[in-house]
Amino acid sequence: MYKEIRLSGTGGQGLILAGIILAEAAGVYDGHEVIQTQSYGPEARGGASRAEVIISDDAIDYPKVTSPDVVLVMSQQACDRYGHQVRPGGIVLVDDTNVSSIPSVEGAAVVTLSITEIARHDVGRQVVANVVALGALVGATGVVTPEAMEQAILARVPRGTEELNMKAFNVGLEKGREARARHETT
Amino acid sequence: MARPITYYLRADKMPHIWCEGCGHGIVMGAVLRAIDSLDLDKNNVCVVSGIGCASRAPGYLDFDTLHTTHGRALAFATGIKMMKPNLDVIVLAGDGDLAAIGGNHLIHAARRNINVTTICFNNSIYGMTSGQYSPMTPTGKMATTAPYGNIEEPFDLCDLVFAAGASFVGRGTAYHAGPLSRLIAKAIATDGFAFVEAVSQCPTYFGRRNKMRNALVMLDWQKEHAVTKKAASRLSPEEMADKFIIGEIGTRIRPEYTKRYEAIIEAATKETDDNV
Amino acid sequence: MESKTKIRLMQGNEACAEGAVAAGLRFFAGYPITPSTEIAEELAAILPKVGGKFIQMEDEIASISAIIGASLTGVKSMTATSGPGFSLKQESIGFAAIAEVPCVIVNVMRVGPSTGVPTAPSQADVMQARWGTHGDHPVVVLCPTSVAETYTLIVEAFNISERWRIPVVFLMDEGIGHMREKVVIPDSGELKIVNRLRPTCKPEDYLPFDADAGDGVVPPMADFGTGYRYHLTGLTHDRTGFPTTKRPEVDALIRRLCSKIDKAKQEVTFVDEVLTEDADIAVFAYGITARAGAKAVRDARALGISAGLLKAKTLWPFPEEHVERIASKVRAIIVPEMNMGQLVREVERASKGKTKVISLTRVDAEPISPDQILTALKEV
Repeated sequence: MYKEIRLSGTGGQGLILAGIILAEAAGVYDGHEVIQTQSYGPEARGGASRAEVIISDDAIDYPKVTSPDVVLVMSQQACDRYGHQVRPGGIVLVDDTNVSSIPSVEGAAVVTLSITEIARHDVGRQVVANVVALGALVGATGVVTPEAMEQAILARVPRGTEELNMKAFNVGLEKGREARARHETT
Repeated sequence: MARPITYYLRADKMPHIWCEGCGHGIVMGAVLRAIDSLDLDKNNVCVVSGIGCASRAPGYLDFDTLHTTHGRALAFATGIKMMKPNLDVIVLAGDGDLAAIGGNHLIHAARRNINVTTICFNNSIYGMTSGQYSPMTPTGKMATTAPYGNIEEPFDLCDLVFAAGASFVGRGTAYHAGPLSRLIAKAIATDGFAFVEAVSQCPTYFGRRNKMRNALVMLDWQKEHAVTKKAASRLSPEEMADKFIIGEIGTRIRPEYTKRYEAIIEAATKETDDNV
Repeated sequence: MESKTKIRLMQGNEACAEGAVAAGLRFFAGYPITPSTEIAEELAAILPKVGGKFIQMEDEIASISAIIGASLTGVKSMTATSGPGFSLKQESIGFAAIAEVPCVIVNVMRVGPSTGVPTAPSQADVMQARWGTHGDHPVVVLCPTSVAETYTLIVEAFNISERWRIPVVFLMDEGIGHMREKVVIPDSGELKIVNRLRPTCKPEDYLPFDADAGDGVVPPMADFGTGYRYHLTGLTHDRTGFPTTKRPEVDALIRRLCSKIDKAKQEVTFVDEVLTEDADIAVFAYGITARAGAKAVRDARALGISAGLLKAKTLWPFPEEHVERIASKVRAIIVPEMNMGQLVREVERASKGKTKVISLTRVDAEPISPDQILTALKEV
């Protein structure tokens, strides 16, 4: 297995942390090789935010994502910039709460889900949109096992927020699976 | 004095490099008499210097001695004091070393209030490089790099260091060697950053260019221009214009840096225990 | 099953900090500068827990000065910085070399000169790392290619510094410093830890710079405050540690200091070879660029090109024997670097005309890509 994943959106959505959790799920709990990188500097403050993860069964030579298998976009700006950069056969997961102009990418599946809206209403806190996104990512792509992701989330989130975050993850997981199934039947 | 001064000297390193009439030997002697009066253990004293005439002093002293880079003596001393807080760490440095290239380290050592005693051998000139003006050269005086007279104004180093946060600040002169030694002893005994400006003379490079033909003239100048705080209070601003104050300038009680760090260790260790 | 705490996702800068502590680091002085700051932040938190100390100094020069002072008390010491700060530290690196004070200086390379691009990787300080301070001097420069390697190689940096009483420069780059990778943390028992040789003679017999009291190259070193009462200076000095300008003594000192590198060479040279055995074309790379090199070599193999990789983890002393051996059996050596071509000159020198040496440069603040190297491999 060799998968490149790009998480993109705006600063404050918690995508860097999501990238770290995804990498820990893959590397520490699923036992794969893994690399996580992220945008730094002025780019990381306020404006666009980007985290990248490579998961592989073998040692990873080159650390940068060049042709992602999975792209999460959580803002229109990120969607415009990264929504089309996906490998043939890959998946673009779009948070349509924040993205109105949905891309269509030839050869790739574009899966839409109202991630931020789900966090707000189904879970009750918008701040956990990143964990909903992680759940949806696992549900829609299977890049890591749900068990590994659960452990990774619990190891990283602040004490006292475990229940909230597990709820976010499980809702995301379920919605992600549904969205993928919906996409495959249409 | 309980012991002869030679007890603290590396006599085999003599003769020293200082010129005839230089005040630095007197100041160094005052430092040793202060150390003796406090009965410090030779094995527990560490003397650090930078670059310049004054910075050669540690080479003649029988302690652990460190002759560092220009201006950085206090930064080296900070590392030593941090890791061996029980050592008596003393910095000996000139006015160029401390007030110019090392000025930043001086104010920050004072701000942290780390228990290092700093003696500034102030001869108002760069002696090692043959007579350029320093941040302590009085306005109007001549130097090789001020051939038309110095247009800059000197620091009041004692005020500067005290304002930066030192626990003890004082000034003495080579002429008043006895009081200087007692002042240095108080500085060493202070638990915090302590600074003594020791006005010294450089007949070779300062005196010669500034109509002070020998060391005696310069020592006389020190005698006539130094006033105690008490005497100064009786003088008008005009009368004080070319005078300077000697003795204790300022003292304050403030937490010392390496002791403060102990609190960090305690907090960090407690956190570790909590997580076990 | 291995304990989860032994397998961690770590950032390069974090691995540098924790590896240093595993090596015995107990004093760190630093000044904030991107992209090295995480090293200081980590150590501010960790050191007081393990009996060590951290201080944020007023500038970069003060930081390296403080670690040299701390090292004199017998404590393993380190500072970390990046480009502009590394330039400021150069004078004191020379002091550590001539006064023979062990210390480790981390430079997380960013794009220069001057402020350049603080948040992007570069490899343009490799010559400065060797020759940044004035005068002939010994220094060893190590350069990791991954986060896991950062952890183990920084331990070697301390070992070399202690063993040879020299400053060791640990050259990372923004890419390695900021990326996170899986690291299997070695058990403390698995790591070889070297401590400086201390004198066993009586204080009155101690000649602090008498190498004959050690192995003929490195004199034993007393801790300040232990009764040896000795003198250290940045001036040229004799065996007693006191200044000298006598020609034979100056000559002997400089030659002995520089001879450390020749003597240490075998022990401090770390080079990995990937698929070089049957290679007829080679890539010489270091740091993050070696990662692209590895990928390019594997991609080339898939295309039927017999490529191999020489991955240098020790940049100075330059691994000339490795390069010469490869040069004698390949058609060409490609040297990709994120600079205008610095170590390629050393590769050329070490190749002694036995093969073609091709420089591949990139200075747009982006790492060299595997495709860029693959293209070069195909063109040769």
